Amino acid sequence: MSIRFWMILPALFLLALSGCETVPPKEEAPDEVAVEDQGANAAAEEARARALEAERGFRGNPLDDPASPLAKRIVYFDFDSAEVVNGYRPVIEAHAAYLSDHPGASITLEGHADERGSREYNLGLGERRGQSIERMLVLLGATDRQVQTVSYGEEKPAADGHGESVWELNRRVEITYQER
Amino acid sequence: MLKTIVHTAAILVLNVLLTGNVQAVLTIKITRGVEGALPVAVVPFGWEGGNGSPPADIADIIAGDLRRTGRFAPVPGSDLPARPHDGAQVDFHDWRRLGTENLVVGKVEDRGTGRYQVQFQLFDVFKGLQLSGYSIPTDRAGLRRTAHQISDIIYEKLTGERGAFATRIAYVTESVGADGDKRYALEVADSDGFGPRSVLESTQPILSPAWSPDGGKLAYVSFETNRPAIYVQDLAAGEREQLAGFRGINGAPAWSPDGKRLAFTSSKEGNPEVYVLDLQSRKLERLTHNAAIDTEPAWSPDGRSLVFTSDRGGRPQIYRIPDTGGKAQRLTFEGTYNARASFSPDGSRLTLVHGSRGDYRIAVLDLENNALTVLSDAKLDESPSFAPNGSMIIYATSGEQGAALAAVSVDGRVHQRLSLQKGRVREPAWSPFVD
Repeated sequence: MSIRFWMILPALFLLALSGCETVPPKEEAPDEVAVEDQGANAAAEEARARALEAERGFRGNPLDDPASPLAKRIVYFDFDSAEVVNGYRPVIEAHAAYLSDHPGASITLEGHADERGSREYNLGLGERRGQSIERMLVLLGATDRQVQTVSYGEEKPAADGHGESVWELNRRVEITYQER
Repeated sequence: MLKTIVHTAAILVLNVLLTGNVQAVLTIKITRGVEGALPVAVVPFGWEGGNGSPPADIADIIAGDLRRTGRFAPVPGSDLPARPHDGAQVDFHDWRRLGTENLVVGKVEDRGTGRYQVQFQLFDVFKGLQLSGYSIPTDRAGLRRTAHQISDIIYEKLTGERGAFATRIAYVTESVGADGDKRYALEVADSDGFGPRSVLESTQPILSPAWSPDGGKLAYVSFETNRPAIYVQDLAAGEREQLAGFRGINGAPAWSPDGKRLAFTSSKEGNPEVYVLDLQSRKLERLTHNAAIDTEPAWSPDGRSLVFTSDRGGRPQIYRIPDTGGKAQRLTFEGTYNARASFSPDGSRLTLVHGSRGDYRIAVLDLENNALTVLSDAKLDESPSFAPNGSMIIYATSGEQGAALAAVSVDGRVHQRLSLQKGRVREPAWSPFVD
């Protein structure tokens, strides 16, 4: 796949999607229709969450609000891909907005890969995943200074074992707030 | 959601002369051998040292070396018709009746103050002829190495190929400490798995060990600063230096054959590219220029070109580039994934990770006719490394049986598994010949 994420970014903006996906994407190449469906479901879910939040009237740092998209700190990826699946757009938008509103805040994007293939290539893949999100955050209002990417390749799996159910949990970027 | 806590890494740098971690001994099993392995009789060595027994069982070490090649079948001790210690005591009739073509006899002499003299002779039983024989001075710490050197001589005499028993392997272990946290160690052991020593212990991952051509140093990648950086460590002295700690990835170190340059991957300019560092002048040159992932450089034996992994064509494949830079030429076309290539010592072949239909296996690519031969049969094999005589390839394998090392002969007939009783082992690198 020589088409990189930043090349198709404008196209992504045209897709009016919202919602957040909690399930890692499947092995198959992302199917836009399916993603839109997921997005619609997630949008409904999120609307409910927002209503709930309004009811409760969450006070305090939005990073601590379990109902906020900011509570989502892991983005999952397809095999050998650094393309951000559309369902994660609202999560990334929320973090970008937070960083933009809090210039003192900073995050680390830890990129990871599943165990398949070679370790050094996977280091590259983990970094590319982190950078996909980093570019998106910066484009949406965060500054370079606030975001740093570090790749762990396949060295720090979230789940042990083998097989797609494990691998899909390991192909990820973890968002960690250093300052908030 | 779990909060990710960034731990400060605890590391311990060691020199290999110190007694390290002794519980992490690799056990080597032959999982597939050659049919009709050649019988060879290795008679227990005599001991001329007065009290006690010799500090190492030389004959046992030699027999083990020969057995692990899968090409030889050492005769069990109980089947030996006699126990001669030198040629004068050998009655060839005894051994002809046994049907063993080759016989090894020898003895160890205690010279006092920790010095020993090891003598051995190799005979062709049917011709009644001595094929080789030496008397080698050594010391207590060198006895096992002397035994491996004798194995090298015997192997070369019988196969025509240089032996690689008196070499070492480096590898990375991962275990879980009493506190439940992961522990990583870079270890160096003899080629038979004996005498592992920790070179570096860390609470953060370690990968990609690479031997300097003189066998005296290891370059490796450590995450001890919470990001990947390249270090070079002198094995005897334990001294080390961070060679590359740029922004982003610093990985995949590879020494040039003359030991004067180190190729590695850095993403300091935005994405992974291959660089070459002149170790003396510290001049850094960028070798690749591509928006893709370019990584895992490996030098040709003449030092004039490198191969590397790149996904510039969409998927990871192997490319070759002159050491001065320039146009990269794609070498692999079979399979959807080819990575981590390195040259055979004679430069005629590459070993690499070959991904096809979801399985990742070790393969050899013949550079003359482009024929690709898959040598391993598991699903998650990686990090292949040639023995310095080109006879075997050691690699990492993982699956239901855990994470272990494995080795396969280049003809694909002999398979070994090298595993730890506890913990995972990976990232093997076979040392060069050390004379």
